[in-house]
Amino acid sequence: MLKDITLGQYFPGNSPIHRLDARCKLMRVVVYIVALFLCKSYFSYGLALLFLITAIALSRIRLKALFKGMKTLLIIILFTALINMFYTPGTVLAKFWIFTITEEGLRNALFLVLRIVMLVSGTFLLTYTTSPIDLTDGLESLLSPLKKLHFPVHELAMMMSIALRFIPTLIEETDKIISAQKARGADFESGNLFRRAKALIPILIPLFISAFRRAEELATAMECRCYHGGKGRTKMKQLHYHMIDAIAAVITLTVFAGIIVLRSHGL
Amino acid sequence: MTPMIEVKNLTHTYSTGTPFEHTAVKDISFSVQKGEFLGIIGHTGSGKSTLMQHLNGLLKPEQGDILLNGESIWKDKLSTRAARFRVGLVFQYPEYQLFEETVFKDIAFGPRNMGLKEEEIQKRVLRAAAFVGLPEDSLQKSPFELSGGQKRRVAIAGVIAMEPEVIIFDEPTAGLDPAGCRAILENIEQYRRATGATVLMVSHSMDDVALLADRLLVLNQGSIEMLGAPSEVFRHAERLQQIGLAVPQVTALFLRLKELGLPVDPATYTLADALKQLQTLKGGV
Ligand SMILES: Nc1ncnc2c1ncn2[C@@H]1O[C@H](COP(=O)(O)OP(=O)(O)OP(=O)(O)O)[C@@H](O)[C@H]1O
Ligand SMILES: [Mg+2]
Repeated sequence: MLKDITLGQYFPGNSPIHRLDARCKLMRVVVYIVALFLCKSYFSYGLALLFLITAIALSRIRLKALFKGMKTLLIIILFTALINMFYTPGTVLAKFWIFTITEEGLRNALFLVLRIVMLVSGTFLLTYTTSPIDLTDGLESLLSPLKKLHFPVHELAMMMSIALRFIPTLIEETDKIISAQKARGADFESGNLFRRAKALIPILIPLFISAFRRAEELATAMECRCYHGGKGRTKMKQLHYHMIDAIAAVITLTVFAGIIVLRSHGL
Repeated sequence: MTPMIEVKNLTHTYSTGTPFEHTAVKDISFSVQKGEFLGIIGHTGSGKSTLMQHLNGLLKPEQGDILLNGESIWKDKLSTRAARFRVGLVFQYPEYQLFEETVFKDIAFGPRNMGLKEEEIQKRVLRAAAFVGLPEDSLQKSPFELSGGQKRRVAIAGVIAMEPEVIIFDEPTAGLDPAGCRAILENIEQYRRATGATVLMVSHSMDDVALLADRLLVLNQGSIEMLGAPSEVFRHAERLQQIGLAVPQVTALFLRLKELGLPVDPATYTLADALKQLQTLKGGV
């Protein structure tokens, strides 16, 4: 079912990771991603992996949910890994037909898979443990220096939070419309490409109509509450840093420093 | 006699394997006879819509089976597809599924998917439109020009035009004004009388189902709480209130009268029956 798409989904909870300030989490993910690209050896990958595993364990997100979201990326990951494996020059391990496997190639492939999987798990962990509202609030607050350059930070954040808010609603709506048209005998699974594309009309038209209706209702509701953009707007829910954020920041920076030190020693 | 629909130990879980895992229907078994009118009531989220979507094969049972006229609708692909046409399902707020340029084409969508001949489609659309009281000149209009109540009629006609043996209405009167509600309920009753179809109706309004249904199925958190004639079900007014449901207004009044010590039947639910009892009461004084 469409509902089972977990990308960008939020799993409510009360773990230490859930309680971290959204800004802190966003920065942490950025530092973590940079660190991943600095990793060059088993040691540094090991350190980053340890960091990730600790975070996942603390978040109490089930591994199954994490991997389910990654399923769609599997093909891309495997493909890049294979290319790397066959096309890196170095000490030859095995050779058949036009393919040669080198030691460096294997290593590269392994690191590449590790890097992508860790990158994706890290960002998934962010969206799984942070509600969309907190996430956009955090983003707005982090980007607010750009306001000085007349960059519409607030408007962008508002658009993003509205989009995030309506993704599940639209998915649910699509599910409902598909069921209803199926109940009238619509057939989406057979026929050639043209017929299948045509079969989408009974889904797309009601979906667009309801999306426009929702947009209009939302606009009216926002206007009724005197929404007029970002200027002079205050927040009811203020973001606050806590002790736990400081601890997380120290741990993250230590790991980051560790990876840089390892790198400078050629590891 | 083989029942029209037989539900056997049906269980359904949504989002299995995620933190949102939720068993919406738990081990439900019941059967519906041909020509019967079954009312389904239950609080929000009790699994009514989930249960209904199993009956025409939209949802596949995780456990259990659905028999239509004694044969499983999951026996093979053909019987699943046939079930779509034999069991018509009018969804909650069906007016949001309209998509065609004209009302006529929209009503014809179902019959066309059945692969009927053009003449037959024409006949069925006109008949269905007449059933729900759509004037003939509105058939060439765009469905989006109509009012909410009229749109709902178009959507109902779209299912009726498939002439299913069983027709399920999921809260057909939700969000309509009293006159609109009455009109739709009358249409449903007329359709049943004219075709002898088996009807299942999900409703939040006790008064609606009490009037029309032969039997009532009460759902509570995915399980059957009660199943029986309205007079039996409404005898358990207290239990109904405990699970977040009300009794019809007439029943509520007679419960109060009984409390006050008058010799009346507290499970009265029709106006005619109520009037009779009140008259005997008056005659007796
Ligand atoms: N597509 C879905 N994915 C996940 N959970 C669902 C889905 N549809 C329904 N549910 C859940 O299953 C339960 C039963 O839902 P259902 O729609 O069957 O209830 P209902 O009795 O029809 O309620 P209502 O009176 O509000 O229409 C609810 O708790 C709901 O949250
Ligand atoms: Mg429902």
